[in-house]
Amino acid sequence: MAAAAPGDPVSRRPGAARTVLSADDITRIVSRMAHQILEKTTGGAGVVLLGIPTRGVPLAHRLVRRVHAVEGVDLPVGSLDPTMYRDDLRLRGVRPLEVTEIPDGGVDGKVVILVDDVLFSGRTVRAALDALAAYGRPRAVQLAVLVDRGHRELPIRADYVGKNMPTSRRELVAVRLREVDGGDGVLILPPTSGPTSPSGPTSTDEPSGRDQQ
Amino acid sequence: MKRHLLSTEDLGRDDALLVLDTAERMARVAEASVRKLPTLRGRTVVNLFFEDSTRTRTSFEVAAKRLSADVINFSARGSSVSKGESLKDTAQTLEAMGADAVVCRHPASGAPHRLASWVRGSVVNAGDGTHEHPTQALLDAFTMRRRLGRIEGLRVTIVGDVLHSRVARSNVWLLATLGASVTVVAPPTLLPLGVSSWPVEVSYNLDAVLPKSDVVMMLRVQRERMSAAFFPTEREYSRRYGLDVDRAANLPEHALVMHPGPMVRGMEIASQVADSARSTVVEQVANGVSVRMAVLYLLLGGSGEVV
Repeated sequence: MAAAAPGDPVSRRPGAARTVLSADDITRIVSRMAHQILEKTTGGAGVVLLGIPTRGVPLAHRLVRRVHAVEGVDLPVGSLDPTMYRDDLRLRGVRPLEVTEIPDGGVDGKVVILVDDVLFSGRTVRAALDALAAYGRPRAVQLAVLVDRGHRELPIRADYVGKNMPTSRRELVAVRLREVDGGDGVLILPPTSGPTSPSGPTSTDEPSGRDQQ
Repeated sequence: MKRHLLSTEDLGRDDALLVLDTAERMARVAEASVRKLPTLRGRTVVNLFFEDSTRTRTSFEVAAKRLSADVINFSARGSSVSKGESLKDTAQTLEAMGADAVVCRHPASGAPHRLASWVRGSVVNAGDGTHEHPTQALLDAFTMRRRLGRIEGLRVTIVGDVLHSRVARSNVWLLATLGASVTVVAPPTLLPLGVSSWPVEVSYNLDAVLPKSDVVMMLRVQRERMSAAFFPTEREYSRRYGLDVDRAANLPEHALVMHPGPMVRGMEIASQVADSARSTVVEQVANGVSVRMAVLYLLLGGSGEVV
């Protein structure tokens, strides 16, 4: 989606994409979240970070690097694909599967922090909790998200929130990360008119039956 | 992915790679402590087998159950009703039972194609006559990719009863699509008439081909499909086309020995070779479950609309 590149002239037009977080903002937010994780888990004892693909995975790695820079501890990090546990698989075409990589040492008895880019309906996190149970029984599970845009459909909240971003249900929040998209930024895209899904900005926390963020 | 999986001949490169990549993810499930996924809960998979096959049927059954689908084993062996009619009747019965997918094995080539036009659900060809056995070829390709890291550019030699082998046919098409170069080695009597139109090299000399093979795939001599004498004696066949210890020593160090099973030890493959480190026979069985999970997921995991 061409209109979504940060600094694109199109983004200055009314009704077009607008940048709400810059690359520097994201760096600061990730740094703050890393501190919060260390604070809340008293130095990261027994913590394992699992990113939810696609963009939760690089975020989890960034948090781990930041934690290392602050306290010198290396937290285990991996990824957890909740796709096969979703409750809305039959509402659209088959979804490609992503990588699940549980770090050595597993999740039994650990404090698992799930990391995702956007928290929206909460259905992805619900699926991720089920997926996690297949790999063991953590002592506790926490949730870290870069953007919380509200509109929850399930009783789920995040323990670490990068930015609360009130949005209309029909708007689209696009998180861009260097590792995946070539550059950092968070944009709000205008409501899409038709049911056709936008191809570029997708992450996995979609409200039921729609393909939006 | 199309609605059915009937052959590898009409399976595109992208779809084939999608199956292999999805199978890779499915293989990881086997490493989890809970090896069951809720993905196909409420879906029904019918195993419709008109021919004996313990390993393929069981493999599909395990795959479907790991994805939480309901499995019905419908063994239609021994039915005396004429083929076309009985298949259609069976199709209507399955339709009425609400089967979301029918996994079909049939002694007549083309039966699953026919079936696909009669049922609303997806049809997976689990072997039809001497035509195709697509999931076997996919699991073979998956095994090669896991062991050797790639398929493109591999030199694959398929040895034995190519004439009666649906495994060979499916492998030839799939491997050609994925960029491997295939050589078939067999006595002239066990090569099909149309082999010259296949994307393969043909050789009658196993010893000449082995040193240039990354993978050698041994086929079972299908006695049950042979109505005439295709070679003088089993001993002669074994001496010219069997993979014994001495022959296997001429393979490159990294080369794999594959067999779709069931093996006839001492005939097409020596026991020591079948049990050697380069043999993937047991791996192929495990990989079969992953690949069939992938196929069932890709056919049934979405809304059913073409992506």
